[in-house]
Amino acid sequence: MNEKPLISTQTLCYNYNIEISFVDALNKMGLIQIEIIAQEQFIHQDQISDLEKIIRLHNELNVNLEGIDVVFNLLKKERELREELNALKNRLRLYEND
Amino acid sequence: MAFVDYYKILGISKTATEKDIKTAYRKLARKYHPDLNPDNKESEKKFKEINEANEVLSDPENRKKYDKYGKEWKHGDQYEKARQQQQQSNQQSGQQNFSNEEYSDFFESMFGGGGRSSYSKSRSPKFKGQDYNAELHLNLKDVYTTQQQVLTINGKKIRLTIPAGVENGQVIKIKGKGETGINGGPNGDLYIKFTINNHTQFKREGNNLYLNIDLDLYTSILGGEIKVDTFNGKVKLNIKAETKNESKVKLKGKGFPIYKKEGAFGDLIISYHIKIPTDLNEKEIELFKELQKINKK
Repeated sequence: MNEKPLISTQTLCYNYNIEISFVDALNKMGLIQIEIIAQEQFIHQDQISDLEKIIRLHNELNVNLEGIDVVFNLLKKERELREELNALKNRLRLYEND
Repeated sequence: MAFVDYYKILGISKTATEKDIKTAYRKLARKYHPDLNPDNKESEKKFKEINEANEVLSDPENRKKYDKYGKEWKHGDQYEKARQQQQQSNQQSGQQNFSNEEYSDFFESMFGGGGRSSYSKSRSPKFKGQDYNAELHLNLKDVYTTQQQVLTINGKKIRLTIPAGVENGQVIKIKGKGETGINGGPNGDLYIKFTINNHTQFKREGNNLYLNIDLDLYTSILGGEIKVDTFNGKVKLNIKAETKNESKVKLKGKGFPIYKKEGAFGDLIISYHIKIPTDLNEKEIELFKELQKINKK
């Protein structure tokens, strides 16, 4: 049987000291994806580090959810560009020191 | 430990109000926050300094003590303790409520100690520990096969399996090997960035290897058999007659191992570079002239 590593949003709210409405808002914004199983809400454990990042940006830097969405998109683009740069640097090595 | 000017770190004057401190902190934190500057050690260091400065200056009590001891803050607790003891012995009573323990706690929390939990009596949120970033330099030959390495990161020994075929600049995540979680939260992760140095005659792009082979003119014209190096030994190659300069052959499966695909390899692409003979003797020149004549007919 396949087991999905899911964590209930209630547990998350308890551990991170956040309101359930905050998690709902994140879900509505598409910043995290909530899965509903037997009328209970869960999020996949792979999203935990994103959720923590959101909480930190929100609490420590006072960034609102729209701002976090923009930050995440820009960070994603930056990561893609860095990967592309790395691949290009590796390709460039082919033509160097000939 | 050198004196740290918290006002300078936050870029504010000594007369700054609580609001000024908060504004300066928020502005700098937005610039240097590690979540906004991934993989940037300089920003991480700066963010720690800003946080430390904010922790001290945003608390009126801490700020007062910092202002009072200034450069001598390191010895401040000793002065204070001595003063306390003198007062206590003079008064011979327990009127002073400060204890030595409380003072050392203050300095610990003030300068990077573990006083966090004493600030709040309410349930503290559990947070994942900080992620660690490390860089590992390896040679191309090292990553041709899967290997085990023991790394020491922040004093902790970590046994690491490096799968064959890891790329230059690739980052791998090792779950739970970062800093211990806060308030019982999960541990952070360890991110290792690989820098692969290539001191071999091969060039690598992804899973493919490239090799330039010098071919003598006679073999390129008449064909023949040569031995070439691959990453795991020599192989015999048949050279077709009339092989052109810069022509390429692909040796399937003789390239680099494919990351996390056991037994799968990229290709080895060989380019032939035909070497024109030099320092010819008289006979050779004669023969070439002969060939030239035949070609002109």
